[in-house]
Amino acid sequence: MLTYYFQLGLRSLKRNPMLTALMVMAIGFGVAASMITYSVFRAVSGDPIPDKSEQLFVPQVDSWGPQYNEKGEPPGGLNYVDAMALMKAHQASRMTLIYQVMLSALPHDANSVPVPTQGLATTADFFTMFNVPFLYGTGWNPTEDDNRAADIVLTKEFNQRMFGGANSVGKSITLSGHDYRIVGVTQHWDPAPRFYDVWGESGFDDPPDFYLLLNRALDLKVDNAGRNSCRGTLSYNGWDEFLQSNCVWLMPWVELDTASDVARYRRFLESYSTDQQRVGRFGWTPNVRLPDVMKWLDVQHVVPPESRISLIVAMCFFVICLVNTIGLLLAKFLRRAGEIGVRRALGATRHEIYAQYLVEAAAVGLAGGVLGLLLTIAGMSGVGLLFEPDIARLAHVDMSLIGLTFAVAIFATVAAAFYPAWRAAQVQPAWQLKSN
Amino acid sequence: MQIKPILAAMRRHKAGTILIGFQIALTLAIVCNALFIIHERMTRVSRPSGVNEKNLFVITNDWVGNLSDPQTAAQIRADLDALRQLGSVEDATAMNSFPLHGSGWDNYIRMKPDQIHMTTDSSIYMSDDHTLDTLGVKLVAGRNFTPNEIQALPIQQMTSWPVIIVSKDLAKLLFPKGDALGKQIYVTNNYTSSTIIGISDTLQSHMMDNDSNAYAYNAVLVPMRELGTGYVQYLVRARPGQLEAAMRDAPKALVAQSRMRIFEARDGVMTFAQVRAKAYERDYGMAILMGIVSVVLLAITAAGIVGLTSFWVGQRRRQIGVRRALGATQRDILSYFMTENMLIGLGGIVVGTLLALGINLWMVTHYGVAHLSGSYLLVAAIALLVLGQGAVFAPALRAARVPPIEVTRTV
Repeated sequence: MLTYYFQLGLRSLKRNPMLTALMVMAIGFGVAASMITYSVFRAVSGDPIPDKSEQLFVPQVDSWGPQYNEKGEPPGGLNYVDAMALMKAHQASRMTLIYQVMLSALPHDANSVPVPTQGLATTADFFTMFNVPFLYGTGWNPTEDDNRAADIVLTKEFNQRMFGGANSVGKSITLSGHDYRIVGVTQHWDPAPRFYDVWGESGFDDPPDFYLLLNRALDLKVDNAGRNSCRGTLSYNGWDEFLQSNCVWLMPWVELDTASDVARYRRFLESYSTDQQRVGRFGWTPNVRLPDVMKWLDVQHVVPPESRISLIVAMCFFVICLVNTIGLLLAKFLRRAGEIGVRRALGATRHEIYAQYLVEAAAVGLAGGVLGLLLTIAGMSGVGLLFEPDIARLAHVDMSLIGLTFAVAIFATVAAAFYPAWRAAQVQPAWQLKSN
Repeated sequence: MQIKPILAAMRRHKAGTILIGFQIALTLAIVCNALFIIHERMTRVSRPSGVNEKNLFVITNDWVGNLSDPQTAAQIRADLDALRQLGSVEDATAMNSFPLHGSGWDNYIRMKPDQIHMTTDSSIYMSDDHTLDTLGVKLVAGRNFTPNEIQALPIQQMTSWPVIIVSKDLAKLLFPKGDALGKQIYVTNNYTSSTIIGISDTLQSHMMDNDSNAYAYNAVLVPMRELGTGYVQYLVRARPGQLEAAMRDAPKALVAQSRMRIFEARDGVMTFAQVRAKAYERDYGMAILMGIVSVVLLAITAAGIVGLTSFWVGQRRRQIGVRRALGATQRDILSYFMTENMLIGLGGIVVGTLLALGINLWMVTHYGVAHLSGSYLLVAAIALLVLGQGAVFAPALRAARVPPIEVTRTV
């Protein structure tokens, strides 16, 4: 019976083409606007590491005090002294530190001109904590961190440029005049947003080319190329004084597996701050934070406000399209009051009338979904007009978006049809027959 | 026109009336907030940078190899000489950042060395004696830097900036009496003072985020060339009409100086117009999106009104026929439908105004946008009423043409 109703519905679409076209267009535009903005929002607000986002935390220690800190919040990074102290304390099951570096490299195929490359200086736990997939080799062993070895991990893309994609593990690479030993090549790995390095970065720009052993980078005095934030007197002169300054530039991450580990680590951060207060480094009471990945992305405002506003506007737009559809469905259904009267007189129950018109609405929704999908695909190329290329490239149509487009279109139209269909089912057969 | 019978008739088709009214209300709420966002963004985009942007372009030069600081300083000097000697180039300078750049260096400005909280925040532009001319920014008081005042060293080794030039707006903020010239302020982090030797005309800060709006025109030019960063940015002013030639010649001239450098293919060489477009990318994007949404929304609302009114006209052909037979003119019938639509529209506008204010209030608290001004509501309300009248006109005209003879026919 439902298939018959569906055929009736499709036939009725053809009966008043203007009204039908209006409804299909309203649904189509509404769904497309919602889906386009949603695809951007989904890309920028998603969980970049769903398996572990609840076990990874940023330890924040207020090393600036109430005079200089960010409206009571501790800085987003650590200074060298605190970072090294937390590393040595070994209070988390895993911990890593990150800072950005810029080095020059001589590419595989170039005639001679070196190119600038960007990478991260980090520690062994980086690869295990963030589940970095490897193409060749692995990350370096944690003991190498203590040996201050000249180890490096390349990304697949950088390995392609430097070694033409060959297995380069064991080879050496020269960056800015220093040699490093390649221990691994990662698979393509670029979580969006790049959660581990969003302090002072958008989280969507170009990924790093390589990962360098942090202690080695420090020994070679490789400058920080990322965010560096200092307070008060900048009196340091040279590298060693810079390391002892209050400048924060190291991004710390810890892995904590259970809630009790988290609580214990928080207590550790507090007691560390208390100790620093006692020895006179901090002139203020402990002020620490321990956000997990999603909280951290939220605090760092990684989702551009434009993305949220455009999604909200698009959904309001869709709601208006639905209100419009309710009105048009009402007109369409009640225009056939006579026909309904006849059916009712011939024995159809209200329930059957109700079902018939809901199915007819679903047919409209389906047509709207088709149009919406076409508009969404067309609109994806226009996302570049609304957002910068780094973000626009993340928006794409996939199976789940196609499914969602149809589901939303059909579900919303059927929901919109509840009232008009109910009115249709209320038609009095006798009244209709009499007036005819 | 009598309103009472119209109201009575509306009561007969409550659902349709409410739906159209509600749709008008929602459309009003969204459209006037969208217009307001467009206005806000466009106001932001049309802020002057103070820079004479025509004929100006930027080269981002990454150094390769391991140049020592003195080598880098010498190379920058040689580069700038080479650029200035080009026939298509008027002037050139090296800077760490510039208006609309987004990233750069900002420092807290203090009036006294022991002051704990800043007086204000300002961009620090590391400049030389050619910076003002290259940017096309005039001095309104005092003098420019001299070549021997320019220090070239890494920022960590900087001990003081004895002389500085401040933007007009910053000077006024710090010294409201207009006596900034010759005064000492504290713009470094190490409590050394700097003497204001010049005041420039309007010059925008490099900071583009909304949190920095209060500091948007604070700029301090310091006589310094920053080394040890691995890159340098050259701003080059082409002779009038020779921008293209200069953009072609300049990188070649630099490579002729030394090959140990890289210009990124994507943004190594950019006209200032491109810098501006990039700086305001999101603002243009939002304005475009809001524009599209408003237009489509108005179109859909108009289409909805046409659709429902057509249905009502169809439903009431007999009644219209009766009225016509009883002496109503075509004009009476036309104005009946027009007035009906006007009443629904007015109702929608009342509800819509409240909704619009609610949405705006929510955005004020969540996204720091300004309060909606009444003129937007008024414009959007009038636009919607006109739109409604326009949309209802065709079906109303069809109603007016229903012949009185209709009353005698059975459907």
